[in-house]
Amino acid sequence: MSPTATKSKNPVSPKDRMKIPRQLMPEQPAEERAHNFEEVNLGYSAELAQQEAKRCLECAKPTCTDNCPVGIDVKKFVELIVAGDFLGAAAKIREANVLPAITGRVCPQEDQCEGKCLLSKKVKPLGIGYLERFVADYEQKMGIHVVPNVAPTGKRVAVVGSGPSGLTVAGDLIQKGHKVRVFEALHEIGGVLVYGIPEFRLPKQIVREQIDYMREMGVEFETDVVVGRTVTIDELLEEEGYDAVFIGTGAGLPQFLNIAGEHLNGVYSANEFLTRINLMKAYKFPVYDEPMLDLKGRDVAVIGGGNTALDAIRSALRLGARKAYVIYRRSDAEMPARAEEVHHARQEGIDFQMLTAPIEFLSDGKGWLTAARCVRMELGEPDASGRRRPVPIQGSEFDLPLSVAVIAIGTSANPIVQSTTPGLVTNRKGYIQASEETQRTTRKGVFAGGDIVTGSATVILAMGAGRRAANSIHEYLTTGAW
Amino acid sequence: MFKIIHAEFLAPGIKRFVIEAPRIARKQKPGQFVILRIYEEGERIPVTIENSDPERSTISIVVQAAGKTTHLLNSLETGDAILDVVGPLGKPSEIRKYGTVVVVGGGVGTAMAYPTAAALKQAGNRVLSIVGARNQELVILEKEMRAVSDAVMITTDDGSYADKGFVTDKLRQLIENGTRIDLVIAVGPIVMMKAVAEMTRKENIHTVVSLNPIMIDGTGMCGGCRVLIDGKSEFACVDGPEFDAHKVDFSVLVQRNTMYRDAEQRSLAEYRHSKSAEAGKCAVTAPQGAQA
Ligand SMILES: Cc1cc2nc3c(=O)[nH]c(=O)nc-3n(C[C@H](O)[C@H](O)[C@H](O)COP(=O)(O)OP(=O)(O)OC[C@H]3O[C@@H](n4cnc5c(N)ncnc54)[C@H](O)[C@@H]3O)c2cc1C
Ligand code: SF4
Ligand code: FES
Repeated sequence: MSPTATKSKNPVSPKDRMKIPRQLMPEQPAEERAHNFEEVNLGYSAELAQQEAKRCLECAKPTCTDNCPVGIDVKKFVELIVAGDFLGAAAKIREANVLPAITGRVCPQEDQCEGKCLLSKKVKPLGIGYLERFVADYEQKMGIHVVPNVAPTGKRVAVVGSGPSGLTVAGDLIQKGHKVRVFEALHEIGGVLVYGIPEFRLPKQIVREQIDYMREMGVEFETDVVVGRTVTIDELLEEEGYDAVFIGTGAGLPQFLNIAGEHLNGVYSANEFLTRINLMKAYKFPVYDEPMLDLKGRDVAVIGGGNTALDAIRSALRLGARKAYVIYRRSDAEMPARAEEVHHARQEGIDFQMLTAPIEFLSDGKGWLTAARCVRMELGEPDASGRRRPVPIQGSEFDLPLSVAVIAIGTSANPIVQSTTPGLVTNRKGYIQASEETQRTTRKGVFAGGDIVTGSATVILAMGAGRRAANSIHEYLTTGAW
Repeated sequence: MFKIIHAEFLAPGIKRFVIEAPRIARKQKPGQFVILRIYEEGERIPVTIENSDPERSTISIVVQAAGKTTHLLNSLETGDAILDVVGPLGKPSEIRKYGTVVVVGGGVGTAMAYPTAAALKQAGNRVLSIVGARNQELVILEKEMRAVSDAVMITTDDGSYADKGFVTDKLRQLIENGTRIDLVIAVGPIVMMKAVAEMTRKENIHTVVSLNPIMIDGTGMCGGCRVLIDGKSEFACVDGPEFDAHKVDFSVLVQRNTMYRDAEQRSLAEYRHSKSAEAGKCAVTAPQGAQA
């Protein structure tokens, strides 16, 4: 793991690299961005990117790559940035990751590549996510799209769900010469990337460009198809002649707290709240028809501490909320959200009510929410997840006045495909059973990956599963062996 | 794009559309619905499927103008197209031989009750239908209902056609006459379904209602359609839309359906305003056009 400078293109001596500070990401000022939906991070310039890239110690055994779920050759692509070959860097990343403009923005880098960066032992880790984003955006701006010219195999694959797992499978298989058709239940392609993650963190234009590129490569998309209802997996295989099917339907079913008052007007699931805003553009009402409660001057809280919770509350702030709270039952250390999002949310003035949980929603007697009755918590013994379990503090109840509460405490498996596909085995929680190596399910010719197998996880893990599935689908289509 | 093969008014403000939707036509069963979005800026709304014709690859829906989207929909004609139609969604009605089934359709709900009545008849049930409407003009699908029912009773609120009164009056008569009823299916306005449920609860008659809460995706993803059934939250789009009427908390349904009333009224007012502005503009520009 010792740093090495042999044949390095980096003009800075290894000793001096630690002296270069981590280059700050230019961003919209907090006071400004709290009122608009434009992207918070503005992206590195070429100069900033090269300066940051020069901090890389070029480890002999790079632990960043070991900690990237898809094993991106970080050292190599960073070296190409130093050398000024940004397109080469993009191509290098693409070998392992087909959606770098997206992962560069949404990966929890602090737990992955950057978390294990050698620099972080002494100084701040290399800005790997920022660099990944930079080269992906650069490539996009240049409009370089290599459309592979491969001989068609005559095989056809159906992909169910157009989230990151499905898109990866589609992108990989089309480049191997198979015909691919993606079926999506909603009217837009992209899964959580379009209906969940808001514009200010992941501009929809970026997702759209990736999808247009796939179309250019020949991937077909069919929206408005709920597989299991509109057509079943068996019909796709037997009647429509697909040779293999990949299921990437995500973990869509929102969980509720099951406390009194949850059906009051003003109480939303995060999925509904974010779908209205992102997919249906309710924030542009009345230009768009889908309505949304007016949040201007209202007090809003989200319950939960993940990315979904922060996306919801920061959206509420941008829609004019007067007070915007995060109510989370554990402490800062346990918050599953990306570190950068927590940081940005604090800058924007989100009020974090930590170690707090709602026990009841109160109403005005006419069916509208007026407050959340909450209780303070303290951390006790570790639970099954290894995190210290929050326990209520006796007598600490208090009422938090609210007009809108958004519940973001997690999701579970959507059962539509499982319940309409005989022989498809699921686990205790209803997620589809699939081999970790090959993503094969218990049905011949049927593969699955992403959140519908693991439960809700991350974009990059869904893409990793998509990559493994594409490889084993290719093998199955070529050899016929199961 | 989903093409409108045929559009016709059944009554003032109530229009039937036959839409080309091959996949849905092949799979549709009575009791299921579609979610549609007319144009890019449009909202997604659920509409029950009235009928389908797999051979012609079409489905039909019946729409009553209420808010902006349904008004807009009812302005579409044969040859127009709808941007998105997804389905068939929800669980199909449970069709089997019950014995005697009373099918109650209120207003446009009759269009939703019709395919279920037809399927129940086909399954060998004795089907007694009760059709209610505000007035004569709004009585729809009478001929169709007669074709699939052993008897059809009609009520109008104002007595302008058939018997003056409410569907529950007819249901009470049936009960009081000692008619053996094995199942009641009621589809229509919430107040009507609630009244039916209260009447049959006392008599211990199994009753099913079809709920129409606010929906977005229709796949179980948003949870916006949650209804309170026996004290538990269920999602109408995947667990329903039909539920045991005696377990439904109708007051929560009424309350949640008012969530966007202000926004809906604003949308409708603006839509009406733009329509009349358009009409006004035509009147002004016509002579100019004539001059040119
Ligand atoms: C608000 C929010 C913020 C997040 N932020 C981050 C983040 O910052 N970083 C990160 O790494 N991860 C984040 N995640 C998690 C990440 O988005 C998911 O882990 C990832 O999208 C899972 O990908 P997937 O392909 O399995 O499924 P999804 O993205 O869930 O896509 C599934 C798709 O399948 C469709 N579908 C479902 N059922 C059917 C059916 N029967 N027929 C046809 N189509 C169907 C759905 O409509 C959907 O489009 C976030 C999640 C949310 C909700
Ligand atoms: S894909 Fe994610 S984990 Fe891998 S290098 Fe990029 S940002 Fe890091
Ligand atoms: S409509 Fe979204 S879950 Fe039912």
